Amino acid sequence: MIDLLFGPFIEFGFMRRALVGCLALSLSAPPVGVFLMLRRMSLMSDAMSHAILPGAAVGFLVAGLSLPAMTLGGLAAGLAVALMAGFVTRSTVIKEDASLAAFYLISLAGGVLLVSLRGSQIDLLHILFGSVLALDDPALWLLGGIATVTLFGLAAIYRPLVMECVDPLFLRTVSRAGGPVHYAFLGLVVMNLVGGFQALGTLLAVGLMLLPAIAARFWASDLSGLIPVSMLIAMLSSVIGLDVSYRADVPTGPAIVLAAGGLYLISMLVGRRGGLVHRLFRARHLEA
Amino acid sequence: MSREPTGAIVLRGLTLGYDRHPAVHHLDGTIPPGALLALVGPNGAGKSTLLKGIVGEIPCLEGRIERSGLADAIAYLPQAAEIDRSFPLSVLDLVAMGLWRRLGPWRSARPHRPLLREALAAVGLGGFEGRLIGTLSGGQFQRALFARLIVQDARVLLLDEPFTGIDGRTTADLIALVRTWHGQGRTIVAALHDLAQVRSHFPQTLLLAREAVAWGATERVLTPHNLTRAQNLSEAWDEDAAVCARHGGAEGPVTAIGHDHAQHDHPHAPDDAAHDHGHAA
Repeated sequence: MIDLLFGPFIEFGFMRRALVGCLALSLSAPPVGVFLMLRRMSLMSDAMSHAILPGAAVGFLVAGLSLPAMTLGGLAAGLAVALMAGFVTRSTVIKEDASLAAFYLISLAGGVLLVSLRGSQIDLLHILFGSVLALDDPALWLLGGIATVTLFGLAAIYRPLVMECVDPLFLRTVSRAGGPVHYAFLGLVVMNLVGGFQALGTLLAVGLMLLPAIAARFWASDLSGLIPVSMLIAMLSSVIGLDVSYRADVPTGPAIVLAAGGLYLISMLVGRRGGLVHRLFRARHLEA
Repeated sequence: MSREPTGAIVLRGLTLGYDRHPAVHHLDGTIPPGALLALVGPNGAGKSTLLKGIVGEIPCLEGRIERSGLADAIAYLPQAAEIDRSFPLSVLDLVAMGLWRRLGPWRSARPHRPLLREALAAVGLGGFEGRLIGTLSGGQFQRALFARLIVQDARVLLLDEPFTGIDGRTTADLIALVRTWHGQGRTIVAALHDLAQVRSHFPQTLLLAREAVAWGATERVLTPHNLTRAQNLSEAWDEDAAVCARHGGAEGPVTAIGHDHAQHDHPHAPDDAAHDHGHAA
């Protein structure tokens, strides 16, 4: 069993590096995804992952396949879209999803245009599907750094963030923290998507963020349970996905996300809280 | 928990509204410290808008609200619909939100546990600490929000239709709580629809229909004549309303572009005998 699951990681250095990178991402992205899910902003991360593309493309055009350049570009584009969408939401009648959709579409179209100007199809595929099996030292440092900043950042804004989710009006009447907290959270989302796009590619960066968070909903009822369970599911998905991708010789990014998707389906079926099987065989109700 | 009342809330030529159309129109008056004031009026009369204005949630179109020394001492209970009850939060954590001004984002709420439990017990929710807010009934949830108000320990409490959709027993319990707060010298302003409730528990009333129809002692405000007048004042926005010509003279240069008028021939001062602005405490 151990050998079946961990054999490739023991044998090959590049598999170990991939595992470390994915585990780092598994610590940082799922908690962010939990908050996105609870704020009904799940699809927002999908939009944001597209918004990152033009920045990464500019980085690619300037410096070729360079991690720092593409990361910086992605961060800049993502933060710009998040800030502009947040600004429009807070100062006009447009709701958050609509303003985000507007900006991410502009950003995505720009990105596709930029990539097609210079890059070939192969380059585009590389951006879309990631390069988790070729993680070098700087990439690992980046993923580790993102995980560290995310966990400390979430800890720092945890209380006002929860209040902003549950009762934003109340938070506004007692404090001015609402706006900054919202932007800080969007910043964390963007940062994790950029990290995910290193490991999994832009198209699938959202996978490790959302699927474990949604799956966790079937196992835990409150935040103190949702966050660790989602991390656990993400780590499991990483190990299974990497293993399968190595043995079956399939692309790593999709394999990891499909593993997370499989765990989600299993959770949906047998999860303790509202899973389908538990709905079918309901426990007898209590006296009071 | 009682405090020495100091500040009053003074409204001067206050106009609040949305998109230049006034929802509260040229309102003048003083809410003295320790007042127990009911805010009455038909739907669309501007009750919620006035409360939002006082708490600073929406900006003044014209005029101003003076709340010297009260900026951080106002607690506001909005209509419950604005809270996301599907969020997996425990009742204890919801009530603990009331500690924000004392704890900020980082200090531990653990030392305040007894206070939180006391507040929950005071609203009849002892033993509900660990329940998720989504599992509470409407009345229980409103009780939890009142517990949060207790924890906030504010000098001014603004309650927006706190008893709408709440059964008789819960309402009675919560009104008792409001009267306790009144006894502690806190200022309470509540938007209400049940006139019997207002008559039996609220000594002061502001009858609002965008403008103050009457403001003063409840029995002199809630006359059939005043109520009919409030009902008759138009609720609809007039898209082609003219820009209001009535600007506060003492306010200095008029910087705003002015707001629209719904009625062109409104009386320029409420002509009612009960217009004593609630100075009788």
